Amino acid sequence: MNRKAIVIKCLKAAFIGIVLLLLYAPILLLAVYSFIDTDIIGTSGGFTFDHYTDLFTNAQAMTMIGNTLGLAFASAALSTVLGTLGAIGMYYSKKRVRTTMGAVSRIPIINAEIVTALALAIMFVAFGLPKTYFTLLMGHMVICTPFVVLSVMPKLKQMDNSLYEAALDLGASPAKALFKVILPQIVPGIISGFMLAITLSLDDYIVTVYTRPSGFDTISTYVFNATIRGNAHTAQTLSSFWALTTIIFIIILIVTISANLAGRRKKEVRK
Amino acid sequence: MRLHFSRKILGIPYAVFLVFFVIIPMLVILFYAFTDKEMHLSFTNFIQFFSDPTKLSTIVYSLVIAFITTAVCLAIAYPVAYILARSKMKKKFVILLLFVTPMWINFVLRINAIRELLSWVGLLGEANYFNTIFGMVYDFLPFMILPLYTTMLKIDESLYEASSDLGAGGFTTFTRVTLPLSMPGVASGITMVFLPSMTNYVVSDMLGNSKVTIIGKFIYEYFGTNWHMGSMVALILLIVVFLSTWLTGGFREDETVRGANL
Repeated sequence: MNRKAIVIKCLKAAFIGIVLLLLYAPILLLAVYSFIDTDIIGTSGGFTFDHYTDLFTNAQAMTMIGNTLGLAFASAALSTVLGTLGAIGMYYSKKRVRTTMGAVSRIPIINAEIVTALALAIMFVAFGLPKTYFTLLMGHMVICTPFVVLSVMPKLKQMDNSLYEAALDLGASPAKALFKVILPQIVPGIISGFMLAITLSLDDYIVTVYTRPSGFDTISTYVFNATIRGNAHTAQTLSSFWALTTIIFIIILIVTISANLAGRRKKEVRK
Repeated sequence: MRLHFSRKILGIPYAVFLVFFVIIPMLVILFYAFTDKEMHLSFTNFIQFFSDPTKLSTIVYSLVIAFITTAVCLAIAYPVAYILARSKMKKKFVILLLFVTPMWINFVLRINAIRELLSWVGLLGEANYFNTIFGMVYDFLPFMILPLYTTMLKIDESLYEASSDLGAGGFTTFTRVTLPLSMPGVASGITMVFLPSMTNYVVSDMLGNSKVTIIGKFIYEYFGTNWHMGSMVALILLIVVFLSTWLTGGFREDETVRGANL
Protein backbone atom coordinates (compact mmCIF):
# COMPACT_ATOMS: atom_id res chain seq x y z
CA MET A 1 0.00 0.00 0.00
CA ASN A 2 1.48 3.34 -0.97
CA ARG A 3 1.59 6.35 1.30
CA LYS A 4 -1.33 8.16 -0.37
CA ALA A 5 -3.68 5.24 0.24
CA ILE A 6 -2.69 5.13 3.91
CA VAL A 7 -3.31 8.87 4.32
CA ILE A 8 -6.74 8.56 2.69
CA LYS A 9 -7.59 5.64 4.94
CA CYS A 10 -6.61 7.63 8.04
CA LEU A 11 -8.62 10.65 6.88
CA LYS A 12 -11.69 8.47 6.39
CA ALA A 13 -11.34 6.92 9.85
CA ALA A 14 -10.77 10.37 11.38
CA PHE A 15 -13.91 11.75 9.72
CA ILE A 16 -16.07 8.89 10.97
CA GLY A 17 -14.49 9.25 14.40
CA ILE A 18 -15.16 12.99 14.65
CA VAL A 19 -18.82 12.64 13.61
CA LEU A 20 -19.31 9.83 16.15
CA LEU A 21 -17.59 11.89 18.84
CA LEU A 22 -19.95 14.83 18.18
CA LEU A 23 -22.91 12.45 18.23
CA TYR A 24 -21.97 11.02 21.61
CA ALA A 25 -20.55 14.17 23.24
CA PRO A 26 -23.82 15.42 24.79
CA ILE A 27 -24.74 11.98 26.12
CA LEU A 28 -21.29 11.26 27.56
CA LEU A 29 -21.21 14.72 29.15
CA LEU A 30 -24.46 13.97 30.99
CA ALA A 31 -23.27 10.46 31.87
CA VAL A 32 -20.15 11.86 33.54
CA TYR A 33 -21.99 14.62 35.38
CA SER A 34 -24.69 12.23 36.57
CA PHE A 35 -22.07 11.02 39.08
CA ILE A 36 -20.78 14.45 40.12
CA ASP A 37 -22.17 16.34 43.06
CA THR A 38 -23.30 19.54 41.29
CA ASP A 39 -26.44 20.90 39.63
CA ILE A 40 -24.61 22.91 36.98
CA ILE A 41 -22.52 21.26 34.30
CA GLY A 42 -19.00 22.67 34.25
CA THR A 43 -18.68 23.15 38.00
CA SER A 44 -16.78 20.61 40.01
CA GLY A 45 -17.89 18.36 42.82
CA GLY A 46 -17.25 14.99 44.43
CA PHE A 47 -18.49 11.61 43.32
CA THR A 48 -22.13 10.97 44.19
CA PHE A 49 -25.20 8.86 43.45
CA ASP A 50 -27.49 11.72 44.55
CA HIS A 51 -28.86 12.40 41.06
CA TYR A 52 -29.97 8.78 40.88
CA THR A 53 -31.58 8.78 44.32
CA ASP A 54 -33.26 12.11 43.45
CA LEU A 55 -34.75 10.51 40.37
CA PHE A 56 -35.98 7.38 42.14
CA THR A 57 -37.44 9.27 45.11
CA ASN A 58 -39.31 11.78 42.94
CA ALA A 59 -42.86 10.36 42.88
CA GLN A 60 -43.88 12.49 39.89
CA ALA A 61 -40.89 11.35 37.87
CA MET A 62 -41.56 7.70 38.70
CA THR A 63 -45.21 8.09 37.62
CA MET A 64 -44.23 9.60 34.28
CA ILE A 65 -41.71 6.82 33.63
CA GLY A 66 -44.39 4.24 34.42
CA ASN A 67 -46.87 6.08 32.18
CA THR A 68 -44.40 6.14 29.31
CA LEU A 69 -43.61 2.42 29.55
CA GLY A 70 -47.26 1.39 30.03
CA LEU A 71 -48.40 3.48 27.08
CA ALA A 72 -45.58 2.19 24.86
CA PHE A 73 -46.36 -1.46 25.61
CA ALA A 74 -50.13 -1.02 25.28
CA SER A 75 -49.98 0.91 22.02
CA ALA A 76 -47.26 -1.33 20.56
CA ALA A 77 -49.18 -4.51 21.44
CA LEU A 78 -52.47 -3.22 20.02
CA SER A 79 -50.72 -1.79 16.95
CA THR A 80 -48.98 -5.09 16.33
CA VAL A 81 -52.23 -7.07 16.41
CA LEU A 82 -54.13 -4.53 14.30
CA GLY A 83 -51.26 -4.03 11.86
CA THR A 84 -50.48 -7.74 11.42
CA LEU A 85 -54.12 -8.61 10.76
CA GLY A 86 -54.35 -5.56 8.51
CA ALA A 87 -51.30 -6.60 6.50
CA ILE A 88 -52.61 -10.15 6.05
CA GLY A 89 -56.03 -8.82 5.03
CA MET A 90 -54.49 -6.33 2.60
CA TYR A 91 -52.18 -8.94 1.10
CA TYR A 92 -55.09 -11.24 0.20
CA SER A 93 -57.44 -8.49 -0.98
CA LYS A 94 -57.98 -7.29 -4.53
CA LYS A 95 -55.21 -5.13 -5.90
CA ARG A 96 -57.34 -1.99 -5.81
CA VAL A 97 -58.24 -2.46 -2.14
CA ARG A 98 -54.62 -3.26 -1.30
CA THR A 99 -53.15 -0.19 -2.98
CA THR A 100 -55.80 2.14 -1.55
CA MET A 101 -55.29 0.86 2.00
CA GLY A 102 -51.53 0.97 1.47
CA ALA A 103 -51.65 4.60 0.38
CA VAL A 104 -53.91 5.67 3.27
CA SER A 105 -51.75 3.70 5.70
CA ARG A 106 -48.77 5.65 4.38
CA ILE A 107 -50.30 9.05 5.27
CA PRO A 108 -49.29 9.07 8.98
CA ILE A 109 -45.77 7.98 7.98
CA ILE A 110 -45.06 10.75 5.51
CA ASN A 111 -47.10 13.42 7.23
CA ALA A 112 -45.59 15.98 9.56
CA GLU A 113 -46.37 14.75 13.07
CA ILE A 114 -47.89 18.09 14.00
CA VAL A 115 -50.45 17.76 11.18
CA THR A 116 -51.47 14.26 12.33
CA ALA A 117 -51.68 15.50 15.91
CA LEU A 118 -53.70 18.63 15.11
CA ALA A 119 -56.12 16.71 12.87
CA LEU A 120 -56.78 14.13 15.61
CA ALA A 121 -57.14 16.78 18.32
CA ILE A 122 -59.58 18.89 16.32
CA MET A 123 -61.59 15.81 15.38
CA PHE A 124 -61.85 14.68 19.00
CA VAL A 125 -63.01 18.11 20.14
CA ALA A 126 -65.34 18.64 17.15
CA PHE A 127 -67.05 15.30 17.83
CA GLY A 128 -67.31 16.07 21.53
CA LEU A 129 -64.90 13.35 22.64
CA PRO A 130 -63.11 14.40 25.83
CA LYS A 131 -59.39 13.66 25.85
CA THR A 132 -58.87 10.46 27.77
CA TYR A 133 -56.42 7.60 27.86
CA PHE A 134 -58.39 6.20 24.92
CA THR A 135 -57.69 9.20 22.67
CA LEU A 136 -54.02 9.11 23.66
CA LEU A 137 -53.83 5.40 22.86
CA MET A 138 -55.49 5.96 19.49
CA GLY A 139 -53.06 8.78 18.75
CA HIS A 140 -50.09 6.54 19.42
CA MET A 141 -51.64 3.71 17.41
CA VAL A 142 -52.02 6.06 14.43
CA ILE A 143 -48.26 6.66 14.38
CA CYS A 144 -47.26 3.06 15.21
CA THR A 145 -49.58 0.76 13.23
CA PRO A 146 -48.53 1.84 9.70
CA PHE A 147 -44.95 0.89 10.57
CA VAL A 148 -46.10 -2.56 11.73
CA VAL A 149 -47.85 -3.02 8.37
CA LEU A 150 -44.67 -1.91 6.59
CA SER A 151 -42.59 -4.48 8.51
CA VAL A 152 -45.02 -7.39 8.06
CA MET A 153 -45.82 -6.84 4.36
CA PRO A 154 -42.41 -7.88 2.93
CA LYS A 155 -42.51 -11.13 4.95
CA LEU A 156 -45.91 -11.96 3.46
CA LYS A 157 -44.51 -11.37 -0.01
CA GLN A 158 -41.54 -13.69 0.66
CA MET A 159 -43.81 -16.41 2.00
CA ASP A 160 -44.39 -19.65 0.11
CA ASN A 161 -48.11 -19.57 -0.70
CA SER A 162 -48.42 -23.24 -1.57
CA LEU A 163 -47.89 -24.19 2.07
CA TYR A 164 -51.23 -22.64 3.05
CA GLU A 165 -52.98 -24.47 0.20
CA ALA A 166 -51.30 -27.70 1.25
CA ALA A 167 -52.52 -27.23 4.83
CA LEU A 168 -56.09 -26.77 3.58
CA ASP A 169 -55.80 -29.82 1.32
CA LEU A 170 -54.60 -31.84 4.26
CA GLY A 171 -57.74 -30.90 6.15
CA ALA A 172 -56.75 -27.92 8.30
CA SER A 173 -59.44 -25.29 8.83
CA PRO A 174 -58.58 -21.87 7.36
CA ALA A 175 -58.21 -20.42 10.87
CA LYS A 176 -55.86 -23.24 11.90
CA ALA A 177 -53.86 -22.88 8.70
CA LEU A 178 -53.55 -19.16 9.43
CA PHE A 179 -52.14 -19.76 12.90
CA LYS A 180 -50.01 -22.79 12.05
CA VAL A 181 -48.75 -21.87 8.58
CA ILE A 182 -48.96 -18.15 7.82
CA LEU A 183 -48.17 -16.63 11.22
CA PRO A 184 -44.98 -18.62 11.91
CA GLN A 185 -43.58 -17.50 8.56
CA ILE A 186 -44.09 -13.80 9.23
CA VAL A 187 -42.96 -13.78 12.87
CA PRO A 188 -39.70 -11.87 12.18
CA GLY A 189 -41.71 -9.07 10.54
CA ILE A 190 -44.15 -9.00 13.47
CA ILE A 191 -41.32 -8.78 16.01
CA SER A 192 -39.51 -5.97 14.20
CA GLY A 193 -42.85 -4.16 13.79
CA PHE A 194 -43.48 -4.45 17.52
CA MET A 195 -40.00 -3.15 18.40
CA LEU A 196 -40.41 -0.26 15.99
CA ALA A 197 -43.82 0.56 17.49
CA ILE A 198 -42.32 0.61 21.00
CA THR A 199 -39.53 3.00 20.05
CA LEU A 200 -41.92 5.29 18.16
CA SER A 201 -44.26 5.46 21.14
CA LEU A 202 -41.44 5.99 23.66
CA ASP A 203 -40.04 8.80 21.53
CA ASP A 204 -43.23 10.68 20.83
CA TYR A 205 -43.85 14.17 22.07
CA ILE A 206 -46.16 16.00 19.65
CA VAL A 207 -49.03 13.53 19.26
CA THR A 208 -48.95 12.90 23.03
CA VAL A 209 -49.38 16.60 23.80
CA TYR A 210 -52.42 16.91 21.54
CA THR A 211 -54.27 13.77 22.59
CA ARG A 212 -53.42 13.16 26.27
CA PRO A 213 -55.83 13.65 29.14
CA SER A 214 -54.90 16.58 31.39
CA GLY A 215 -52.40 15.72 34.10
CA PHE A 216 -51.02 12.74 32.21
CA ASP A 217 -47.27 13.06 31.67
CA THR A 218 -44.80 10.95 29.73
CA ILE A 219 -41.03 11.34 29.83
CA SER A 220 -41.23 13.60 26.76
CA THR A 221 -43.87 16.00 28.07
CA TYR A 222 -42.46 16.03 31.61
CA VAL A 223 -38.92 16.84 30.54
CA PHE A 224 -40.08 19.42 28.00
CA ASN A 225 -42.24 21.24 30.54
CA ALA A 226 -39.55 21.09 33.21
CA THR A 227 -36.87 22.61 31.00
CA ILE A 228 -38.90 25.10 28.95
CA ARG A 229 -41.75 26.19 31.13
CA GLY A 230 -39.66 26.10 34.27
CA ASN A 231 -42.17 23.73 35.85
CA ALA A 232 -39.34 21.96 37.64
CA HIS A 233 -39.52 22.65 41.34
CA THR A 234 -35.78 22.66 41.83
CA ALA A 235 -32.52 22.38 39.98
CA GLN A 236 -32.52 18.88 41.48
CA THR A 237 -35.23 17.74 39.08
CA LEU A 238 -33.26 19.02 36.09
CA SER A 239 -30.07 17.29 37.16
CA SER A 240 -31.96 14.05 37.84
CA PHE A 241 -32.62 14.00 34.07
CA TRP A 242 -28.87 13.42 33.65
CA ALA A 243 -29.30 10.20 35.60
CA LEU A 244 -32.38 9.24 33.56
CA THR A 245 -30.54 9.84 30.26
CA THR A 246 -27.61 7.74 31.47
CA ILE A 247 -29.84 4.86 32.59
CA ILE A 248 -31.70 4.81 29.26
CA PHE A 249 -28.43 4.98 27.35
CA ILE A 250 -26.99 2.04 29.28
CA ILE A 251 -30.15 -0.03 28.75
CA ILE A 252 -29.99 0.69 25.00
CA LEU A 253 -26.31 -0.27 24.87
CA ILE A 254 -26.99 -3.56 26.64
CA VAL A 255 -29.94 -4.37 24.37
CA THR A 256 -28.01 -3.48 21.21
CA ILE A 257 -24.92 -5.45 22.18
CA SER A 258 -26.84 -8.53 23.29
CA ALA A 259 -29.04 -8.45 20.17
CA ASN A 260 -25.86 -8.27 18.12
CA LEU A 261 -24.25 -11.18 19.97
CA ALA A 262 -27.43 -13.25 19.68
CA GLY A 263 -27.52 -12.56 15.94
CA ARG A 264 -23.93 -13.68 15.55
CA ARG A 265 -24.52 -16.87 17.53
CA LYS A 266 -27.47 -17.70 15.29
CA LYS A 267 -25.29 -17.26 12.21
CA GLU A 268 -22.60 -19.53 13.66
CA VAL A 269 -25.16 -22.23 14.42
CA ARG A 270 -26.40 -22.05 10.84
CA LYS A 271 -22.90 -22.57 9.52
CA MET B 1 -75.30 -20.19 9.66
CA ARG B 2 -71.61 -20.69 9.26
CA LEU B 3 -69.63 -17.69 8.07
CA HIS B 4 -67.24 -18.43 5.29
CA PHE B 5 -63.80 -17.55 6.56
CA SER B 6 -61.71 -15.52 4.20
CA ARG B 7 -58.30 -14.04 4.94
CA LYS B 8 -59.49 -10.76 3.44
CA ILE B 9 -61.77 -10.01 6.38
CA LEU B 10 -58.77 -9.82 8.72
CA GLY B 11 -58.05 -6.44 7.17
CA ILE B 12 -61.42 -4.97 8.11
CA PRO B 13 -60.48 -3.71 11.61
CA TYR B 14 -57.48 -1.87 10.18
CA ALA B 15 -59.59 -0.42 7.35
CA VAL B 16 -62.11 0.87 9.90
CA PHE B 17 -59.28 2.25 12.02
CA LEU B 18 -57.79 4.09 9.03
CA VAL B 19 -61.17 5.61 8.16
CA PHE B 20 -61.80 6.88 11.68
CA PHE B 21 -58.33 8.01 12.69
CA VAL B 22 -56.66 8.96 9.41
CA ILE B 23 -59.24 9.85 6.75
CA ILE B 24 -61.88 11.57 8.91
CA PRO B 25 -59.31 13.76 10.75
CA MET B 26 -57.95 14.91 7.38
CA LEU B 27 -61.47 15.74 6.21
CA VAL B 28 -62.07 17.68 9.44
CA ILE B 29 -58.95 19.73 8.74
CA LEU B 30 -60.10 20.36 5.19
CA PHE B 31 -63.49 21.50 6.48
CA TYR B 32 -62.05 23.88 9.08
CA ALA B 33 -59.49 25.30 6.67
CA PHE B 34 -62.19 26.54 4.32
CA THR B 35 -64.73 27.81 6.81
CA ASP B 36 -64.89 30.89 9.04
CA LYS B 37 -65.94 31.15 12.67
CA GLU B 38 -69.64 30.97 11.69
CA MET B 39 -68.89 27.76 9.78
CA HIS B 40 -69.62 29.39 6.44
CA LEU B 41 -67.55 28.53 3.42
CA SER B 42 -64.73 31.03 3.19
CA PHE B 43 -61.34 31.60 1.68
CA THR B 44 -60.30 34.29 4.16
CA ASN B 45 -57.90 31.93 6.00
CA PHE B 46 -56.09 31.22 2.80
CA ILE B 47 -55.86 34.89 1.76
CA GLN B 48 -54.97 36.04 5.27
CA PHE B 49 -52.18 33.50 5.50
CA PHE B 50 -50.50 34.68 2.35
CA SER B 51 -50.99 38.40 2.91
CA ASP B 52 -49.54 38.80 6.41
CA PRO B 53 -45.93 39.99 6.02
CA THR B 54 -44.81 38.89 9.51
CA LYS B 55 -46.12 35.40 8.81
CA LEU B 56 -44.46 35.26 5.45
CA SER B 57 -41.13 36.31 6.91
CA THR B 58 -41.42 33.55 9.52
CA ILE B 59 -42.12 31.07 6.76
CA VAL B 60 -39.05 32.25 4.89
CA TYR B 61 -36.94 31.91 8.07
CA SER B 62 -38.36 28.44 8.66
CA LEU B 63 -37.58 27.37 5.10
CA VAL B 64 -34.04 28.74 5.38
CA ILE B 65 -33.50 26.82 8.65
CA ALA B 66 -34.85 23.65 7.05
CA PHE B 67 -32.70 24.18 3.98
CA ILE B 68 -29.48 24.70 5.96
CA THR B 69 -30.27 21.73 8.22
CA THR B 70 -30.84 19.47 5.23
CA ALA B 71 -27.69 20.70 3.46
CA VAL B 72 -25.50 20.18 6.54
CA CYS B 73 -27.02 16.73 7.15
CA LEU B 74 -26.31 15.79 3.55
CA ALA B 75 -22.76 17.14 3.72
CA ILE B 76 -22.04 15.01 6.81
CA ALA B 77 -24.10 11.94 5.95
CA TYR B 78 -22.96 11.49 2.35
CA PRO B 79 -19.27 10.91 3.14
CA VAL B 80 -20.18 8.78 6.17
CA ALA B 81 -22.48 6.56 4.10
CA TYR B 82 -19.98 6.42 1.24
CA ILE B 83 -17.04 5.45 3.46
CA LEU B 84 -19.08 2.81 5.31
CA ALA B 85 -20.75 1.35 2.22
CA ARG B 86 -17.45 0.97 0.35
CA SER B 87 -15.43 -0.17 3.34
CA LYS B 88 -14.31 -3.78 3.23
CA MET B 89 -14.36 -3.99 6.99
CA LYS B 90 -16.20 -7.03 8.34
CA LYS B 91 -17.73 -5.18 11.28
CA LYS B 92 -18.97 -2.11 9.42
CA PHE B 93 -22.51 -2.90 10.49
CA VAL B 94 -21.44 -2.21 14.08
CA ILE B 95 -20.27 1.29 13.11
CA LEU B 96 -23.54 1.97 11.32
CA LEU B 97 -25.29 0.83 14.48
CA LEU B 98 -23.23 3.35 16.47
CA PHE B 99 -24.68 6.13 14.32
CA VAL B 100 -28.24 4.96 14.95
CA THR B 101 -28.02 4.08 18.65
CA PRO B 102 -28.45 7.64 20.04
CA MET B 103 -31.75 7.77 18.17
CA TRP B 104 -33.20 5.27 20.64
CA ILE B 105 -32.80 7.61 23.59
CA ASN B 106 -36.00 9.55 24.15
CA PHE B 107 -36.12 12.46 21.74
CA VAL B 108 -36.77 15.18 24.34
CA LEU B 109 -34.04 13.81 26.64
CA ARG B 110 -31.65 13.86 23.68
CA ILE B 111 -32.45 17.49 22.92
CA ASN B 112 -32.11 18.24 26.64
CA ALA B 113 -28.61 16.73 26.53
CA ILE B 114 -27.69 19.08 23.68
CA ARG B 115 -29.19 21.94 25.65
CA GLU B 116 -26.91 21.13 28.58
CA LEU B 117 -23.92 20.87 26.25
CA LEU B 118 -24.71 24.22 24.63
CA SER B 119 -25.21 25.88 27.98
CA TRP B 120 -21.88 24.43 29.16
CA VAL B 121 -20.02 25.97 26.20
CA GLY B 122 -21.96 29.20 26.73
CA LEU B 123 -24.00 29.24 23.53
CA LEU B 124 -27.48 28.69 25.00
CA GLY B 125 -29.48 31.90 24.63
CA GLU B 126 -26.62 33.51 22.69
CA ALA B 127 -26.84 31.94 19.25
CA ASN B 128 -30.45 30.85 18.91
CA TYR B 129 -30.49 30.08 15.20
CA PHE B 130 -27.16 28.25 15.31
CA ASN B 131 -28.33 26.19 18.29
CA THR B 132 -31.60 25.27 16.59
CA ILE B 133 -29.84 24.12 13.43
CA PHE B 134 -27.19 22.28 15.47
CA GLY B 135 -29.91 20.40 17.36
CA MET B 136 -31.83 19.55 14.21
CA VAL B 137 -28.74 18.27 12.42
CA TYR B 138 -27.87 16.20 15.49
CA ASP B 139 -31.35 14.78 15.66
CA PHE B 140 -32.11 14.10 12.00
CA LEU B 141 -28.66 12.92 10.85
CA PRO B 142 -29.50 9.19 11.11
CA PHE B 143 -32.54 9.75 8.85
CA MET B 144 -30.10 10.96 6.20
CA ILE B 145 -27.41 8.32 6.75
CA LEU B 146 -29.69 5.27 6.59
CA PRO B 147 -31.27 5.73 3.14
CA LEU B 148 -27.94 6.86 1.67
CA TYR B 149 -26.14 3.83 3.11
CA THR B 150 -28.77 1.37 1.83
CA THR B 151 -28.76 2.78 -1.71
CA MET B 152 -24.96 2.89 -1.85
CA LEU B 153 -24.69 -0.66 -0.57
CA LYS B 154 -26.85 -1.79 -3.48
CA ILE B 155 -24.44 -0.35 -6.07
CA ASP B 156 -22.83 -3.31 -7.84
CA GLU B 157 -19.13 -3.60 -7.02
CA SER B 158 -18.39 -4.64 -10.61
CA LEU B 159 -19.46 -1.18 -11.80
CA TYR B 160 -16.54 0.34 -9.87
CA GLU B 161 -14.18 -2.26 -11.34
CA ALA B 162 -15.50 -1.67 -14.86
CA SER B 163 -15.09 2.06 -14.39
CA SER B 164 -11.47 1.78 -13.32
CA ASP B 165 -10.73 -0.86 -15.99
CA LEU B 166 -11.98 1.58 -18.59
CA GLY B 167 -9.50 4.15 -17.33
CA ALA B 168 -11.64 6.40 -15.13
CA GLY B 169 -9.91 7.91 -12.10
CA GLY B 170 -11.38 8.00 -8.63
CA PHE B 171 -13.08 11.35 -9.18
CA THR B 172 -14.65 10.40 -12.52
CA THR B 173 -15.88 7.12 -11.07
CA PHE B 174 -17.48 9.07 -8.24
CA THR B 175 -19.27 11.58 -10.49
CA ARG B 176 -20.26 9.07 -13.17
CA VAL B 177 -21.11 6.00 -11.07
CA THR B 178 -21.62 6.69 -7.36
CA LEU B 179 -23.36 10.05 -7.53
CA PRO B 180 -26.07 9.21 -10.10
CA LEU B 181 -26.77 5.79 -8.56
CA SER B 182 -27.08 7.21 -5.05
CA MET B 183 -29.66 9.83 -6.07
CA PRO B 184 -32.71 7.83 -4.84
CA GLY B 185 -31.10 7.74 -1.39
CA VAL B 186 -30.38 11.46 -1.53
CA ALA B 187 -34.01 12.16 -2.46
CA SER B 188 -35.50 10.07 0.34
CA GLY B 189 -32.97 11.44 2.84
CA ILE B 190 -33.91 15.00 1.92
CA THR B 191 -37.64 14.38 2.30
CA MET B 192 -37.05 12.74 5.67
CA VAL B 193 -35.00 15.64 7.03
CA PHE B 194 -36.56 18.69 5.39
CA LEU B 195 -40.10 18.17 6.67
CA PRO B 196 -39.28 17.65 10.36
CA SER B 197 -36.90 20.61 10.30
CA MET B 198 -39.81 22.78 9.16
CA THR B 199 -42.26 21.41 11.68
CA ASN B 200 -40.57 19.96 14.76
CA TYR B 201 -40.88 22.93 17.08
CA VAL B 202 -39.64 20.99 20.12
CA VAL B 203 -36.07 21.49 18.94
CA SER B 204 -36.46 25.21 18.16
CA ASP B 205 -38.27 25.82 21.48
CA MET B 206 -35.74 24.02 23.63
CA LEU B 207 -32.59 25.24 21.92
CA GLY B 208 -33.66 28.52 20.34
CA ASN B 209 -34.58 30.09 23.67
CA SER B 210 -38.21 30.25 22.37
CA LYS B 211 -37.05 33.01 20.01
CA VAL B 212 -37.00 30.89 16.87
CA THR B 213 -40.42 30.32 15.28
CA ILE B 214 -40.86 27.66 12.64
CA ILE B 215 -43.98 26.65 10.70
CA GLY B 216 -44.81 23.84 13.12
CA LYS B 217 -44.98 26.37 15.95
CA PHE B 218 -47.64 28.34 14.03
CA ILE B 219 -49.91 25.34 14.11
CA TYR B 220 -49.33 24.95 17.83
CA GLU B 221 -50.14 28.61 18.50
CA TYR B 222 -53.24 28.57 16.31
CA PHE B 223 -54.53 25.45 18.04
CA GLY B 224 -55.11 27.58 21.11
CA THR B 225 -56.62 30.59 19.29
CA ASN B 226 -57.93 29.90 15.80
CA TRP B 227 -58.61 26.36 14.57
CA HIS B 228 -59.53 27.56 11.11
CA MET B 229 -56.16 29.22 10.52
CA GLY B 230 -54.37 26.28 12.16
CA SER B 231 -56.16 23.87 9.84
CA MET B 232 -55.21 26.03 6.86
CA VAL B 233 -51.51 25.91 7.78
CA ALA B 234 -51.78 22.15 8.37
CA LEU B 235 -53.55 21.68 5.04
CA ILE B 236 -50.85 23.59 3.18
CA LEU B 237 -48.17 21.42 4.80
CA LEU B 238 -50.22 18.33 3.93
CA ILE B 239 -50.40 19.33 0.26
CA VAL B 240 -46.66 20.06 0.12
CA VAL B 241 -45.94 16.63 1.64
CA PHE B 242 -48.31 14.86 -0.75
CA LEU B 243 -46.85 16.54 -3.80
CA SER B 244 -43.25 15.79 -2.82
CA THR B 245 -44.09 12.18 -1.94
CA TRP B 246 -45.99 11.68 -5.15
CA LEU B 247 -43.20 13.22 -7.22
CA THR B 248 -40.54 11.02 -5.63
CA GLY B 249 -42.73 7.91 -6.00
CA GLY B 250 -43.13 7.41 -2.27
CA PHE B 251 -46.66 6.07 -2.59
CA ARG B 252 -45.44 3.00 -4.41
CA GLU B 253 -46.02 -0.24 -2.57
CA ASP B 254 -42.47 -1.48 -2.22
CA GLU B 255 -40.88 1.70 -1.02
CA THR B 256 -39.64 1.54 2.55
CA VAL B 257 -39.33 4.83 4.30
CA ARG B 258 -37.66 5.99 7.46
CA GLY B 259 -35.64 2.83 7.72
CA ALA B 260 -38.72 0.84 8.63
CA ASN B 261 -37.00 -2.38 7.64
CA LEU B 262 -33.83 -1.75 9.54
